[in-house]
Amino acid sequence: MRKLIKAKEPFKFCTRLHLSELTGLRATTLGQLLSLIKEVPDACIYHHTHRFLLQHQYLSPEPPNDFAFWVSDTLGEDELGERLVSIDTMQYSSIRDLREKIIWAIEAYLSDNPLAKLKFARIEEEFHFIKSVSFILPTNYIAYDLREFAGILKKITIDSIYFHIFEARLRLGKPTNDFSFWIENSLGDKELAEMIFRFDPYTRTLEDLRATIIRIIERRIAD
Amino acid sequence: MAKIEEYAHIIGQPLIDDLRLLGQKLKNRIIQNINSTPVGGGVAEILNRMVPMLGELGLDAKWDVIKGGEQFFNVTKKFHNALHGRQEELTQRDFDIFMETSRENIKDVNIYGDIVFIHDPQPIALIEKKANNKWIWRCHIDVSNPNEKVWGFLMDFITKYDSAVFSAPAFSRKLPIRQFLIAPSIDPLSDKNKELPPETINAVLEKYGIKKDKPIITQISRFDRLKDPVGVISAYLQVKKYINCQLILGGGTAIDDPEGQQVFDEVREMAKADKDIHILLLPQNDIEVNALQRASDVIVQKSIREGFGLTVAEALWKAKPVVASSVGGIPLQIKHKYSGLLCHSIEGASFSIKQLLSSPEYAKKLGENGREHIKNNFLITRHLRDYMLLFLSLYHPQDVVQLC
Repeated sequence: MRKLIKAKEPFKFCTRLHLSELTGLRATTLGQLLSLIKEVPDACIYHHTHRFLLQHQYLSPEPPNDFAFWVSDTLGEDELGERLVSIDTMQYSSIRDLREKIIWAIEAYLSDNPLAKLKFARIEEEFHFIKSVSFILPTNYIAYDLREFAGILKKITIDSIYFHIFEARLRLGKPTNDFSFWIENSLGDKELAEMIFRFDPYTRTLEDLRATIIRIIERRIAD
Repeated sequence: MAKIEEYAHIIGQPLIDDLRLLGQKLKNRIIQNINSTPVGGGVAEILNRMVPMLGELGLDAKWDVIKGGEQFFNVTKKFHNALHGRQEELTQRDFDIFMETSRENIKDVNIYGDIVFIHDPQPIALIEKKANNKWIWRCHIDVSNPNEKVWGFLMDFITKYDSAVFSAPAFSRKLPIRQFLIAPSIDPLSDKNKELPPETINAVLEKYGIKKDKPIITQISRFDRLKDPVGVISAYLQVKKYINCQLILGGGTAIDDPEGQQVFDEVREMAKADKDIHILLLPQNDIEVNALQRASDVIVQKSIREGFGLTVAEALWKAKPVVASSVGGIPLQIKHKYSGLLCHSIEGASFSIKQLLSSPEYAKKLGENGREHIKNNFLITRHLRDYMLLFLSLYHPQDVVQLC
């Protein structure tokens, strides 16, 4: 069994709670969707590409972003829906970059399929732009080594895991997720930090993500 | 009434801890809720639970009710219908009556909250008393297609608030103030939603002379045209041609709804010819509502308009298969063919009811998915959290608020 390293700085778990702010902006056509994607605040792009992670914690028929779902399900543009759903969010370190990729995908599709501009959603199926307002609060959980860290991971909320994995990186502009950052910089375990950084959290439910991280860490402790 | 800790076995202790964290950030803030009725309808029901729970979390939550006579409530009922998009004859006299009562309330209602939380249009004019405190207008109504005259009248008040809250994205429109999406919720430990032993359920059925010898279809709603009880009877009659079943239409009326008794009488008249239609007036008897929902094979909510449609959440929480109109907040609760069936017509409702009664395994799966969805998104604990975040947002205009 590997000797547990005491961290230089403990890991302080935060949680992130979210409130949906309405904008009153709505799209009926693909053209309107595109022009609004260009102008809405970053908080809107973040909401519509990440909402699913928290709202559908069990297996769900919804594809994992609202733009893709609306384009396929309401406008019937399945090919564009597939292009949007398969955007590799992990590649982008800022909402600005992610937004540009979404814009690029829609513009390229419209250029190849100009008739797609002519499709209208019914009034009750319009796309409503919503902003995600995040509140970040400290919890009482603090870990000094990997065993404590894994123990806390088992009991904190998925909102806390969500914050440290997704939001810290994409919304607060950190270079990696908080867990990998702490493991590398405070415990000096670069290999473990890499293992957690490398897997794609967007293809899992949050409970699965929790279980996977705990499994990786416990295996490391047992090495 | 249940304590916050009692919800831990449903949602988990960490989420309760989050609520306490938020409560600390708002400790001792006075939250003054104001609406127009202490009983009847979804708003009073939510406030009955929410006010003591906020208090338990450290906030100083209060609840006041405005006064209004029959004329005033007749006008606000017209407003309500008009905001829901129904054709209503509105005269200058109606607006005058509204303002006369509002002026009396402005004079009489004591405003003392750090945050004044106004529910629905009836008390909206109290905003004229705004001082240095924060004001929120909470709209529980489906205003996706409102009568513009009424909406324009209300806009003069709405724009003076700090924030507005709506129950579904489709209800929002461009406003010069911040507006938030907060869905209402159900309380899993209330009399209306808690687990019931079979003997309680059977006793309620016996009380109303309902036998379990054929499938039960139920709609629980106030007797209100917008809930379309007549449409439910028509759908049931179409189902009955093929499946021997019975229908329960149960609900109460609210003191701010003068039309309720009239609708109840019409529905009772229509049901007279069929002994398998049970029309039940259930004034504030939550255990009975709970028992009737649990005894049902299919629950229907065939509303023409809905603010949100909490009866759908109640039914799904009991893992019941639901057929409901795709209006208001109902599509937020039901993903079609996944956690229930959505319909747009009497024929559609009838077809879906037949489908569920004929395929019990499919119906069971929809009910189970529905319960999970309600657990994650529509319980009172999520609602409490959203309200506390809303209160915090009044003091923090940013998109990312760091309270570390």
